[in-house]
Amino acid sequence: MWIRACSSLWMLGGFLLIIYLGHLYILAMVVVIQIFMASELFNLLRRAHEDKRLPGFRILNWHFYFTAMLFVYGRILSHQLVNTVTSDKIFYKLVSKLIKYQMVICYFLYIAGVMWFILTLKKKMYKYQFGQFAWTHMILIVVFTQSAFTVANIFEGIFWFLLPASLIAVNDVAAYFFGFFFGKTPLIKLSPKKTWEGFIGASVVTTISAFVLANVFGHFQWLTCPRKDLSTGWLLCDPGPLFKPEYYPLPGWLSRWVLPWKEVAILPVQWHALCLSLFASSIAPFGGFFASGFKRAFKIKDFGDSIPGHGGFTDRMDCQMVMAVFAYIYHQSFVVPQDYTVEMIINEILRSLTLEEQQILYTKLGQILQERMENSLHFFSLG
Amino acid sequence: MEKENNIALSSAGTSRVRQRKRSNEVIPEPSKPNGGTLLVDDRNKYKSMWIQTYSTVWMIGGFALVVYMGHLYITAMVVVIQIFMAKELFNLLRKGHEDEHLPGFRLLNWHFFFTAMLFVYGRLLSQPLVNSVTPEKFLYQFVSSLIKYQMAICYFLYIAGFMWFILTLKKNMYKYQFRQYAWTHMILIVVFTQSSFTVANIFKGIFWFLLPASLIVINDIFAYVVGFFFGRTPLIKLSPKKTWEGFIGASVTTMISAFVLANILGQFQWLTCPRKDLSTGWLQCDPGPLFKREYYTLPGWISQWFPWKEISILPVQWHALCLGLFASIIAPFGGFFASGFKRAFKIKDFGDSIPGHGGITDRMDCQMVMAVFAYIYHQSFIVREGISVEMILDQVLTKLTFEEQQTLLTKLGQILQDRLGHS
Repeated sequence: MWIRACSSLWMLGGFLLIIYLGHLYILAMVVVIQIFMASELFNLLRRAHEDKRLPGFRILNWHFYFTAMLFVYGRILSHQLVNTVTSDKIFYKLVSKLIKYQMVICYFLYIAGVMWFILTLKKKMYKYQFGQFAWTHMILIVVFTQSAFTVANIFEGIFWFLLPASLIAVNDVAAYFFGFFFGKTPLIKLSPKKTWEGFIGASVVTTISAFVLANVFGHFQWLTCPRKDLSTGWLLCDPGPLFKPEYYPLPGWLSRWVLPWKEVAILPVQWHALCLSLFASSIAPFGGFFASGFKRAFKIKDFGDSIPGHGGFTDRMDCQMVMAVFAYIYHQSFVVPQDYTVEMIINEILRSLTLEEQQILYTKLGQILQERMENSLHFFSLG
Repeated sequence: MEKENNIALSSAGTSRVRQRKRSNEVIPEPSKPNGGTLLVDDRNKYKSMWIQTYSTVWMIGGFALVVYMGHLYITAMVVVIQIFMAKELFNLLRKGHEDEHLPGFRLLNWHFFFTAMLFVYGRLLSQPLVNSVTPEKFLYQFVSSLIKYQMAICYFLYIAGFMWFILTLKKNMYKYQFRQYAWTHMILIVVFTQSSFTVANIFKGIFWFLLPASLIVINDIFAYVVGFFFGRTPLIKLSPKKTWEGFIGASVTTMISAFVLANILGQFQWLTCPRKDLSTGWLQCDPGPLFKREYYTLPGWISQWFPWKEISILPVQWHALCLGLFASIIAPFGGFFASGFKRAFKIKDFGDSIPGHGGITDRMDCQMVMAVFAYIYHQSFIVREGISVEMILDQVLTKLTFEEQQTLLTKLGQILQDRLGHS
């Protein structure tokens, strides 16, 4: 247990430092973790014997990895990238061309990889090669889906990355401690060390800490402001209605006997945090069960051994992955007031028109709306 | 694992049908035990010819009818083909023995299929769907909330399937179950990627679905015909019946027919107009600069031999040349992939739905690669006609309510300010 505690502390420390440094550094950290995870997983089902006869097969894996990287991060960061290089004329043109043809470039890289695969199919090794090909695709999908959503969360505001990640960490730690002290009834055959007592205790702790943590985190603009470009400086913004405290007066008896305060300040985001914690405590652990089942199926003890006492990166990230995806989808559907048609038209405007054309549109629309407002006022004043 | 293999079935069917009709030669039997014989040397040619010709004729007839009826029906056809393809592939690597121990596992596959369907088609058809229901207030609200929460709904359906999978893991069957789970994902990705691109192509204009599909068909047919008459040098170990002569002959023919077909198909508004909603009526639109004739004067010596002084070329024909290039050189790799896959897993055919042809996946392997390329090509290189300030302003004024227009204005103002602030 001491080794685990030690490495946990180091990970926590490093993590906090990066959060302090900012969005771009967190992004870099996510990318590094991703590379290690992919590396672990690529190595997992490889059989050394066959591999000797297939030189260059490992490179193919990394070729697909690079293509996926270009594709996923190109889409997510296109908006931010454009905003960062607006100043320089030549760079702007280069970047917008890259973004415009991003899909084609990635497609051709992918097709090149597939053609390379087909041309290197060796008799008698077909089954192994196809198996590896499929395995590569599954790995890349798993790794990139969750990291794409993680990165998207980061740029919406570090809060939306930090809170879900902390909830999973809290859930894990609390489940461990509750299981350690009170664990009697096993939870699921797949993970014999998990117990119902640990599960329920952790759920309660997670819910409470979600409520509290959301309040604590919500006060820092560094965490709540979205990042619109790739700069690394300080952030100032209007955090929006979610992070403005609302005051609820406490019922009389509570303020007299238990707590010295007359009213409680609650950030509306804390209610959202409760939903996140519900998911983190009941559904995210299934990511861990999936990983356990997988390890049993293929008779592996750990995904890797990068982290002393914990196993590999994938062992640490299994529940985080499920949570990151949920956090993004939750954010998109319930937090951001999504005005579908307006968003779509804005996207079309940004995509199809040049900067000058956008400005022309803006002025014209402003004029038309102004006229309409004046007309309706005029109409009402007449009637 | 056919990643690029599931493309519009109808095209494949049609192409094969035309192939049988034009060539009257025997169709090569899919994988004979003595696999190395070239078609030229094949003596047993005429056996299954009639069955194949028959099914080909039916497929082409059905296909032409569906194209005539319109976008919505073509989409329906794509969906049906997709279901059959997924079914073939799901059954492929299943082992009957294990399945007895796992009731409800097949249901899980179809659960994931349904979720993927909702997700992919929800995104693709969201805009046409919104356009179709604008008049009625209540339905509009319902549809827009569905679209707004579509991602969340699909995610929860997926998570439910995921949890179901974990809870039904049985001791000693773990490996089989995980394999099936991975296989299900791969199938769904392959099937839905290409079908979603196909449907997207259809709504941009049937031209962008029909032309690529026809090119693949023509490529197949001519590779067969040229290989039949002149084929000597084998092309690739994976498909021993294919020859370099067939490959090159087919490439040339495909390029020429791309040029010609684009001209012919480009004249019909039914094929070139994009469909903005889910109606089925006739289409009228301004086809855009791509489909307007340009006149080139022929050099003197040609006009002495031929009676024309100038020729009219639709600009889209140049794009068709690029599509033809891809169809002849890269799309066949879809076929090689499928062949390699069948060898790896010792399967003769993917299924037996189509008499004489094998399964639906056998027909669609090259079509799938082509549909994806056609979509990406269209997105990147076909300049969208007439996207201008006027058009977007028009959209804003007609589609949004007054409040929404004001929201748009404020948001746009913010974005422009951010951008200008940087320069």
